[in-house]
This record gives sequence, structure tokens and C-alpha cells, in this order.
Amino acid sequence: MKYAYYPGCALHATAIEFDKSTREVCVALDIELQEMEDWNCCGAAAAHMTNELLADSLPAKNLAIASKMGLDITSPCAICINRLKTANKEINESQEIKEKVSQVIEESYDGQVKARLLLDILATDIGIDKIKENVIKELKNLKVVSYYGCLVTRPKDVAQFDNVEDPQSMDNLMAATGAKAIDWPFKTVCCGADYGTPRTDIVLKMANDILSMAKDLGADTIAVTCPLCQMNLELRQKDVEKEYGEIYNMPILYFTEVLGLSFGIEPKALGLDKHIVDAMGLLMRKGLI
Amino acid sequence: MKYQVSIFNDLTEFLNEIKDRTGYDLKECYQCGKCTAGCSTCFAMDKTPNQIIRMIQLGMRKEVLESKTIWLCASCETCTTRCPREIDVAKVMNTLRLIAQSCPEEVKISSEVSDVPLMSKIFLWTVKYTGRLYDFGLIALYNNLSGNFFKDMMKGPLMFKKGKLSILPHKVKNIKAIKRIFKRAEELSE
Repeated sequence: MKYAYYPGCALHATAIEFDKSTREVCVALDIELQEMEDWNCCGAAAAHMTNELLADSLPAKNLAIASKMGLDITSPCAICINRLKTANKEINESQEIKEKVSQVIEESYDGQVKARLLLDILATDIGIDKIKENVIKELKNLKVVSYYGCLVTRPKDVAQFDNVEDPQSMDNLMAATGAKAIDWPFKTVCCGADYGTPRTDIVLKMANDILSMAKDLGADTIAVTCPLCQMNLELRQKDVEKEYGEIYNMPILYFTEVLGLSFGIEPKALGLDKHIVDAMGLLMRKGLI
Repeated sequence: MKYQVSIFNDLTEFLNEIKDRTGYDLKECYQCGKCTAGCSTCFAMDKTPNQIIRMIQLGMRKEVLESKTIWLCASCETCTTRCPREIDVAKVMNTLRLIAQSCPEEVKISSEVSDVPLMSKIFLWTVKYTGRLYDFGLIALYNNLSGNFFKDMMKGPLMFKKGKLSILPHKVKNIKAIKRIFKRAEELSE
């Protein structure tokens, strides 16, 4: 199994542990990732808020690179994959958009490269049985809530993955590691997305709702697949605690870090020492390292 | 709440503008309020999502485009997912933002939400000139242009120590190609 690997901007910066753990987990599962040469930003929400043609063209440029590699794309980032899938959909549904995008990126792109979320590939193609075969250290003491956020399943016709209101894929992967996967009602609520900087008050409120629900259910960590969710819940956690007078001290782990840990991969190789809220401390307390 | 209907003579003008740009006929909305019930950020909005749709039905163009609501929609797509009339409400909100930005003489964006489009513009500048998101540049520019000079200052050293923030951008090799994408997208959108 081989994919063109599109890490996206965050994985080379604020989410380096997601990149590290993705690469490690894919090696363990025989998924070959070939990082795309000279990939560019997908434009995220900023592009679609500003110029719709730009919002289709930035992802299309990346899809065209993968097309030349003769491979489909995967990224662990929920936002990147949403933008790539949206561009594909619009290009395939409108000849006018297809032509305009080709003019903008100065090359033709036929809309045929598939973009898939790594979570989807692991849950659907690799499957729980193969994941379980790789588990050499059961994470028995770890209690995890799986947080999908907005774009893993929405919009339904773009994502075409899992149950839109009550997804199970990440929960199943977490349960496969031997961890206790706690069911909860905030799987697909929004974390406040891009408002962390321009309207911090909004994100602090939304992050507090999510963190307090996770804490009340006894979770040790929230597993995520979106670098923006991770940032709002972890980097801003101290500010949430200050604003709402709560103590969470809850590291927010990428689901690939949890998988990697159960595969017996060195915590540092997974980037578990890179968290702003101490993840290594939690794992030590749980007797997992 | 009191609203004044601004265009009595042609209620359909704004509805048609939205239909042309999104493909959705908002006359189909029967005001069930499901979009508002599930809205992630409506606690911060000045008008609820279903009120915005109702105001579009009433032709209240200026009031809609000057609402804070359109800038506080996080594009979480919950409304789109649940609408029984299958209206892509999040797309409507995005289109309203695009229209509001395209007529700065007519539409005044409230200072309580004006940092939202500012942030998007700065984000895209960093992409235009480096090919990728340049976090350090984004925050430095945002703090200077928004006047929040010390915003998130303490997070920088923390991120830097963890190797999550670099002072210099990770540039793509072919920056000229990226700049041309921005230029052509602007030209062809006119």
C-alpha cells in the first residue's frame, strides 16, 4: 500500500508529533508514504472565506502533484483532506470550475486523484484485526475519548466517511489498543476552529465545554486527528483553566500517538515529549512508559 | 427584536443574488430552526442562523451583511448536515462573507468581528509569499495590525522550545508558481 503523503503545514510546525507518529505507525503497518515534492498549503478556511477559486486551486495544485506521481493522497490532517476533497468535488461537478482551476494552476488536473484521511485508511482498509495484530503493549489503564471534530464526517457528501453524527472509526482504533474507549456526546462538536486568535473568548468557552465533559467522564486524554482541535484544546488549555477556574492538566494526543504507543514504538520517536501539556507524565502515572 | 424591512419593493433581489451564487433557493426554508439548534457558535452571534435566512427572505441585505453572525460562523457544517430542506447553510454564510468583503463602501464590518477577515488575509499573505502557513509571521503581523501587540506572547517561547515554532518560514521551492496562483485566482474571479 503506497500513498502520496501530504503532511500539511501544521505537521511541519505546531503538530510535529502528528507527523512523527504518522510516519512510525505507517512503517509498522506497511503503508508506504512518499512525501510529495514541494507541496503547498491547502488554504484552509482562510482561502474559502476570501476567494472560492483560490480555495479550489491551492488544493488542486497538490492533487496535480500526486497525479504526476501516479498515487492517491493521504494526510492525517482533517482540514487538509476536507479541502482536497472539496476541490475534487467542485472540479468534478463543474466543467467551468475545472477549466478555471487548470488556468490558475497552469496545468490540467482531471479530478481523479483520491484524497483520503489516514484515519479512514487505517479503520477501513487496514482494519481493526490487523491493528490488533500489531499491538504488543495493551494500554489497559488509559481512558480515551475520541474527538472527531467537524471535518472528519462533515459535510457528509464531501467526507463520505463514517457516521456523520456518531462516528465510530477512531473509537474502534482506540479500543483495539487495549485502552478504554469511552463513549461520549461531544465527538463531533466544534472546538472553535480558527477563532483562537481573532476571538479567543469563543474558543475558550468551546474548549472548556469539551474538556469538562471529557474530565467528567473520567477520560485521561482526548484523541484527535486535527491539528487545530489539538491546538485549541491543549495549547490554550492553561487559558481555559484560568478563565473557568478548572484544572484539567489533560494532554491531547493524536490518535496515531496512541496507536504507536500500543505498537511498542518509543514514546520520543512518536513525539510524545513534544506536548505543551505533559504527556510523558501522564503515561508514566499510568505505568505505560 | 425589531427589524425594519429595507427593500419593500423587491423582496426577491437578495434571494436571487444568493441563489445565483450558491445554487440554493432560500424560499424553501420553512424556519424550523434546526440550524440554530445545532449551531456551535450561536451563543456569540447577534442574530441566529435561521434569523439570517429569514432576513434574506425579507430582502434585508444590508442588515444581513453587517451582522456579526456571518463572521462568527465557524464553518463547522452542523447546520448543513441537519437541514431538512438540504440547504447548505454554511455555504450561504460563506457566500455572505464573500459578498460583504466585495462591497466595502456599502458594508461596515463590526469591530467586534473585523479581526476574523483580517486573520484570514494575513494567513493568505503568508501562504502567498512562502507557499505554506508561516506561523511566526502570522502572529507577528496579526499582533501589529490588530493592535493586540502582546497577544499570545508567552506561547511563542514554549512552542519554540518544543521545536513547534520556527522564526524562519518553510518556503516551497517554486514560490513564483504560488504567487501566480494567487494572481490568476484574483483575476479570474473578477
